[in-house]
Amino acid sequence: MTAVQEPKKLEVPEGHVTLVIDDVEVVAPKGELIIRTAERLGIVIPRFCDHPLLDPAGACRQCLVEVEMGGRPMPKPQASCTMTVADGMVVRTQRTSKVADKAQQGVMELLLINHPLDCPICDKGGECPLQNQALAHGRADSRFVDVKRTFPKPINVSTQVLLDRERCVLCQRCTRFSAQIAGDPFIELLERGADQQVGTEATSEITALNKTSEGKEFASYFSGNTIQICPVGALTSAQYRFRSRPFDLVSTPSVCEHCSSGCAERTDWRRGKVQRKLAGNDPEVNEEWICDKGRFAFRYATAADRITRPLVRDKATGELVESSWTEALRMAADGLATARDAKGAGVLTGGRLTVEDAYAYAKFARIALRTNDIDFRARAHSDEELSFLASSVVGTTPENGVTFTAIENAPAVLTVAFEPEEEAPIVFLRLRKAARKNNTAVFHIGQWTTTSVTKTSASLLACQPGGEAAAIEGLATHAPDVVEALRKNGAVIVFGERAAQVPGLFSALTKLSAETGAKLAWIPRRAGERGALEAGALPTLLPGGHPVTDAAARAEIERAWGVDEGTLPAEPGRDTSAILAAASNGKLSGLVVGGVDPNDLPDPALAREALETLSGNGFIVSLELRRSAVHDYAHVVLPIAPSVEKAGSYLNWEGRRREFGTTLEGTGALPDGRVLDTLAVEMDVDLFTQTPASAAGDFARLPSVNDSSANGSRPSMLEVPAAQVPSSLGGPSALLATWRQLLDNGSMQDDEPALAGTARPVVARVSESTARALGLNGTATVSTARGSITLPVVHADLPDGVVWLPADSGDSTVRATLGAGHGDIVTLARGEAS
Amino acid sequence: MTEPRKPAPVTPVLTKTWLSPRSWTLDTYTKLEGYTALPKALKASPEQLVQLVKDSGLRGRGGAGFPAGVKWSFMPPNEDKPHYLVINADEGEPGTCKDIPLMMADPHSLIEGCVIASYAMRAHHCFIYVRGEALHCIRRLNAAVREAYQAGYLGKNILDSGFDLDIVVHPGAGAYICGEETALLDSLEGRRGQPRLKPPFPAAAGLYAAPTTVNNVETIASVPFIVNGGSDWFREMGTEKSPGPKIYSISGHVEKPGQYEAPLGTTLRDLLELAGGMKDGIPLKFWTPGGSSTPMFTAEHLDVPLDFEGAAEAGSMLGTTAVQVFNETVSVPWAVMKWTQFYKHESCGKCTPCREGTYWLTQILERMVAGNGTEADIDTLLDVCDNVLGRSFCALGDGAVSPITSGIQYFRDEFLALCDKQKAAPALAGAQA
Repeated sequence: MTAVQEPKKLEVPEGHVTLVIDDVEVVAPKGELIIRTAERLGIVIPRFCDHPLLDPAGACRQCLVEVEMGGRPMPKPQASCTMTVADGMVVRTQRTSKVADKAQQGVMELLLINHPLDCPICDKGGECPLQNQALAHGRADSRFVDVKRTFPKPINVSTQVLLDRERCVLCQRCTRFSAQIAGDPFIELLERGADQQVGTEATSEITALNKTSEGKEFASYFSGNTIQICPVGALTSAQYRFRSRPFDLVSTPSVCEHCSSGCAERTDWRRGKVQRKLAGNDPEVNEEWICDKGRFAFRYATAADRITRPLVRDKATGELVESSWTEALRMAADGLATARDAKGAGVLTGGRLTVEDAYAYAKFARIALRTNDIDFRARAHSDEELSFLASSVVGTTPENGVTFTAIENAPAVLTVAFEPEEEAPIVFLRLRKAARKNNTAVFHIGQWTTTSVTKTSASLLACQPGGEAAAIEGLATHAPDVVEALRKNGAVIVFGERAAQVPGLFSALTKLSAETGAKLAWIPRRAGERGALEAGALPTLLPGGHPVTDAAARAEIERAWGVDEGTLPAEPGRDTSAILAAASNGKLSGLVVGGVDPNDLPDPALAREALETLSGNGFIVSLELRRSAVHDYAHVVLPIAPSVEKAGSYLNWEGRRREFGTTLEGTGALPDGRVLDTLAVEMDVDLFTQTPASAAGDFARLPSVNDSSANGSRPSMLEVPAAQVPSSLGGPSALLATWRQLLDNGSMQDDEPALAGTARPVVARVSESTARALGLNGTATVSTARGSITLPVVHADLPDGVVWLPADSGDSTVRATLGAGHGDIVTLARGEAS
Repeated sequence: MTEPRKPAPVTPVLTKTWLSPRSWTLDTYTKLEGYTALPKALKASPEQLVQLVKDSGLRGRGGAGFPAGVKWSFMPPNEDKPHYLVINADEGEPGTCKDIPLMMADPHSLIEGCVIASYAMRAHHCFIYVRGEALHCIRRLNAAVREAYQAGYLGKNILDSGFDLDIVVHPGAGAYICGEETALLDSLEGRRGQPRLKPPFPAAAGLYAAPTTVNNVETIASVPFIVNGGSDWFREMGTEKSPGPKIYSISGHVEKPGQYEAPLGTTLRDLLELAGGMKDGIPLKFWTPGGSSTPMFTAEHLDVPLDFEGAAEAGSMLGTTAVQVFNETVSVPWAVMKWTQFYKHESCGKCTPCREGTYWLTQILERMVAGNGTEADIDTLLDVCDNVLGRSFCALGDGAVSPITSGIQYFRDEFLALCDKQKAAPALAGAQA
């Protein structure tokens, strides 16, 4: 007997099976689809309807393979996109099975008989799965000599999505995306057989049956994804249609600059112009989806009012005139130095900076202006929020904080003062996925049953605007089941920028978290806020998160920065409102503004007054991409680069670094950090932020609150009692609930009419009984001493005596017109007939 | 093979009462032993009933012939979720005409069967999904359900057994595909009727994602008779693997078309005798054993035993025992074209092979029948059929190609004859007339 060498056995981990694909033995996790296992082996099975993030459909039949189970061949070829692997299974794909190959060729031929083959004029040509797979798995010639089915084309699914039904292979990716991922059934399959088609209520012959109750067209914030996942050229983008060929484009990985999710994107550009943006694939963050704002809103960077040359105010005429960088920087440096040495100068950075640029502002404030008067919060804010950010948010990372994945896997999620679909659409998608796939219990403390509530199958805990803190404190008595759910391991509490408008909310949430163990997640609306917090663009925190009052941290930073001991101011500075108040009272002489719209601020009038005052008696430097509201008051305007023309990184709400390189090189536009660096040199200070890379390197050398020892210097949370809300307001007085909609008047959505066409209608919402009590006849006028807004009324399940307005949509500019915010008292009356 | 038994010419079981005066009323039904099985069934345990139906060998009468008792036993033993019984009364297979006559003539045997089957499967809701076009039938069923409620055979605490059952008669909206059980469930839920991905099978997640059994009308209507007669009595009829009587619906060129209830395994020769022979004595040319989705037979197949095994062995399927008889006057390509037009019209559109295949096949056949076909078209027909058969999502696609492949198999000459004109001028191949 000769020793026979045992064949090498594959190790099969728990929960895995072994199978053979094309004669190769492979181990696969139970439940994996054959098509994915094959893919891991490098065997690509052609497919159309299959998409890893959508539920299997088995509709296109392109991925047929031969399967043998327990030694017995199955009588028919099987769709590898719907069949899961099993132990002992033998799979033969088109590579080793004539039957599978013929089946695939047959399906391909059938798919093409009614396809118009208009590739030369199709946007998808060159990146089309149908084109590619037809070349790989199809016949060279067609046997079809009869009459093709035709449709009028294209039709508008929405203002931004166009549908060509002739090209459609009816894979149902778009309809499944809408129904499963977004929860917006704005498109559906209509008719049957060869007449089956994707359509909307507008294209259906039975329109009356398909209308929503309000008779409006369905709309979606995520419709652009259907264009990207369409495996043929059936869905095309109104914005990109006929713009270019995919092979003429340069693709650069990028990060979305709009909200705090930090989605991975791919920016496609040609001859110095961005042509389109696509979702990147980042399973940890946005999976393969982005919202329509992230996809379509990019032309703001090339708007007509873009500033490309420095401007200085001509002393004689009082007008801003173009100047050289040298002249502008000298004027700015002189003006700021004078202001600093008079009553000081403050810095308002806005919420949209990269970490590197925010760091440059923070460092500039500390060593060039020698002040802690710096705040990134260009929105309603509070000391309580500042204290919460310092004690609980700064320094958290995906390793120790809440993440997208944590939300997906959470047993329970409570959202409060946060409208996921409007404020962080990708968080909304994850929340919906959690509810849909993992049965996550979602609770929403808000005012009415919004789409975020219905589409995440959430339970609404209704409260009055401003009453959120009291609602949290009352949970134990009124909704003990919610508290119980939050005690489960992995539960999460999510809240947004609106929390700063509700006194006591951060304190109540901190207590609730301590009591239940649920983790807190602060999800700001703007892309730059989380990074600016870390970079120290706040009156109380140093870059790295240590309090400005921490002498040891100050000393360490002084050493790292190479500045004299005692250079860094030790006293906490003023926040945004205090800076503006000081400026209008003549207690501040200068201001550096990096992209702030007074109308976003809690008191736009105060902001204007401050700018007015400084414009006459002080000094304002404005760093602008486009002509802003500060422009008219500024003494020097310095142009800066939009995100597509610079490198850098955002910290998303998870605290995850989202680094990106320069997409459009050599435009001459400079990032804020570079401008500030040069300005500082003029003031005899070195920032070392010439490039984003050097700024990042400089920042990385600083002590972080994260790596402090146990006796770290995190300040404790300020305790603020929950605001008491009047239980019933008499007569025409009403409480205002308000937040921003995703698509609104925001200046970064300018020049995108197709995108704007999908914005939600601008209406006021009140309860039916309130509308009846006040005799609202279809329109309502909401007013304060400052002004009034008149809008059509829609009834919703709001508490009585509450009116909801979109914060900045169309004519509904709440801060600018009313000077009021969420939770304030307004007057509600029947709308004046216009 | 088992010992072939010479079947009795007819075995009226389900059709026994059809010719009684006002046979559809509760009054007539109860006078003729109606609702006598129900009290017996309610005294037995659900498990005993499932076993009885298993023992009887009753096979599904909707076409596939799956053993009914085995199907029932797939329902979970617990009641964590509501259980549903759904009756497939969407009779739409061309040539099939057995369920609608049954429901017209004897709706109460179906209702009694529903109560027994629901009890056996612990269902408290039963839906009868009736083809929408059969309005008269829907009215009659609704009236019968009302009568049954009034008489205490439906509703709460049926016959003091503590068992509750509600029956809902639901009209379809006119789609052949909704006879496919999962498409039927989608339609019943108010969605577009398109077949669902399996697994999960209906017994695990069917109607409203709850355990569901879908049975044909004739299957369930047989149940009271099995309860009364016992499984041995039932097995006296038919063959060992296909026991019981079966309603053969005979249509076409026979003297007396109609429903003939005979034991499974009866041959066309016997059935033709029952139906008075070929109309006007014109000889038989081709016929379908179970509707247009089953490959056609010819005069050669007169002695094929029409049970599930016999039909399959001869290269077709028993289907719904819709025997369509065609005489020498009918052109096979023409008949095949008409059938294919039907499948093109009824394809739901979900999967590529069926949607596009029927669209293409119809055009080729229409062109051939118009005299514009070529010999190459016959090859194309067969190859497209091969690319549809077994490649489509559900059985609709398989059924759609049956008439074409079997038609060409037995009558290729007729297809070739249609191409004669093109032989003279091959340059016109494929051109429109």
